[in-house]
Amino acid sequence: MWNGDYIFLLRNMIVKDFKIRYRNMSLGVFWSLLNPLVMMGVLTFVFTRIFPNNQHKDFAVFVLCGLVPYNFLSVAWNSGTTSIMNNAGLIKRVPVPREVVPIAAVLSNCVHLGIQILLLLVATIAFGNGINIHWLWLPLVWALEIVFVCGITLVTSAFDVYIRDMRYVVESSITVMFWLVPIFYGFEIIPQQYRDVYQFNPVAALVLCLRNILLEARSPNAETLLKLMLVSVGTFIIGWGIFGKMKQRFFDYL
Amino acid sequence: MNIIELDNVSKSFHRAAGRQLLRNHVSRWLGYKTPEPFFAIKNVSFKVKPGETVGVIGANGAGKSTLLSLVTGLTPPCKGRLEVNGRVAALLELGCGFHPDLTGRENVMLNASLLGFKRKRAEDLYENIVDFSELQDVMDEPLRTFSTGMNMRLAFSVAVNLDPEVLIIDEVLAVGDRAFQEKCVEKIFEIKNQGKTIFAVSHAAGAIQHLCDRALWLDHGELVMDGNCREVLHAYEGHVTSPGKHKHS
Repeated sequence: MWNGDYIFLLRNMIVKDFKIRYRNMSLGVFWSLLNPLVMMGVLTFVFTRIFPNNQHKDFAVFVLCGLVPYNFLSVAWNSGTTSIMNNAGLIKRVPVPREVVPIAAVLSNCVHLGIQILLLLVATIAFGNGINIHWLWLPLVWALEIVFVCGITLVTSAFDVYIRDMRYVVESSITVMFWLVPIFYGFEIIPQQYRDVYQFNPVAALVLCLRNILLEARSPNAETLLKLMLVSVGTFIIGWGIFGKMKQRFFDYL
Repeated sequence: MNIIELDNVSKSFHRAAGRQLLRNHVSRWLGYKTPEPFFAIKNVSFKVKPGETVGVIGANGAGKSTLLSLVTGLTPPCKGRLEVNGRVAALLELGCGFHPDLTGRENVMLNASLLGFKRKRAEDLYENIVDFSELQDVMDEPLRTFSTGMNMRLAFSVAVNLDPEVLIIDEVLAVGDRAFQEKCVEKIFEIKNQGKTIFAVSHAAGAIQHLCDRALWLDHGELVMDGNCREVLHAYEGHVTSPGKHKHS
C-alpha cells in the first residue's frame, strides 16, 4: 500500500528523534562526550587504584574500547524498544511501513555513536597508539554492531506492543550486559571454555576487534569476525521476520 | 475499475486485547478462555468508483473509524476481501504526525514523508502548503509556539495540498476562524470538482450533506443503507429522532 520514499522518511524520522532528545538541553550533544569520559575516568580509577591491574597499558583507552560499543547498545536498544509504543499515534493513523519506526530510533543514536567513536580514536592517538592499516576494518565492525542492534530492537519493540513489560526485560538485560561484555577486563582472562560462547555476543566480539585494531595494531581474528558477521546479520534477518509477523496486529493492541 | 472495494468485510477485536497481564497471556495460551470477539465491522460490502464522493454516517461506535482504518490499510480485515487502488491521503486525525519540538517546516516534511511523498515532490508542494495556511512568518518556529488554531490550519493545509487520489475526511471538514473555515470548504469542493474521490465520515449529517453524492449508513458495524445522499440522510435523521420506528433489515 505504502510505496513512498524510504530514505526521505527515515531521514525525517531520525531528525525528529534527534531533536526531541536534545530539546532544551544547554549541553546538547556534549552529553555524548561527557558520559563516556566520566565512565572512563571512574572505571580507570577503580581498576588502577582500587583493584590495581597492570595487565593493560593505557587502561583508559582499553576501557573506552568497551564503553563506546556498550553505550550504543544500551541507549539505542532502550529507546528502540519503546519506539513503537511512543509512536502509537503514528502507527494507528498512518500506514507507514512499521519497520521504519524502530530502525529510525536506533539510527538516530548513530550521531552520538559517531561522536563517541571520534572520541575513542582521538584518545587512542593521544595515548600514543598510531594509525595503522587495520583501521580499515573499523567501518565494517561498527556497521555490524548497528545491524545487530537494529535486529534485536525489531524483536523487542514488536514484543513491547503485546507485552508491555518488555522494556524492563531489556533494561535488565542491558545491566547484565555491562558485566558480560569485556568492558573493564580483557578477553584473555576469560576461561577457555567460555571464550567461544563469548564471541557469539556481537558486542563482545566488537570490543575484542576494537582492541585488536586500535591497541594491538593487528587485524581482528577471522573467526571472531565471522561470528560477529553471522550473528549480526542473522539477528537482523530473524528480527525482520518476527517483526513482519507481529506488526499485523499492532493496530489492535495499541 | 473501483477505487475502493469491500466484499463481505468483517473486523473483530477481542475485548480482552487491552489487558496485557501475564495471567491473561497464560490463560489464553492454555486455552482456558478465548476472549469474546467484538465485531466493529460486520459483513460490509460496497464499491467506490473514481470521482465519487461518499459520506459515511452513523452514531458513535457504529464502526466508522474502524472502516476508515481498514480502507487506509492500517489494519487487515478479519474476513472478506478489501481492495484499495490509488494513494489514500487520510485526514484521519489532523496533524497526528506533528511534534511540538519540530519547526513548522520540519513537521510538514515529516508529514509528507509519512504519507509517502518523494522528497522532490514534497519540496515542490511546500510553497502551496505554506501559502494556504497563511503561516509564512512562523514556519521556522517550533510548533509548540503555535496556537491551537494555527496548528490545525497547518495540519489541514498539509492534508488538502498533498494532492491525494483519495481524500479521507474524518469529522473535520473545516478548521480555524470563520474566514479560514470557508477557505477549507472551498478547497475541499475544489478537490471534488477535480474529480478526486472523497470518503468522508461524520456523525453529523449536516457536514456531509452538501459535499457528498452518496452516503453509507453504518449501525453497530453493519451497513444499514447505501444510496443517494439525501435519501440516506433523511432515513438516518428519522432514525435518530425516533429510533423505535426504524426496523433493521
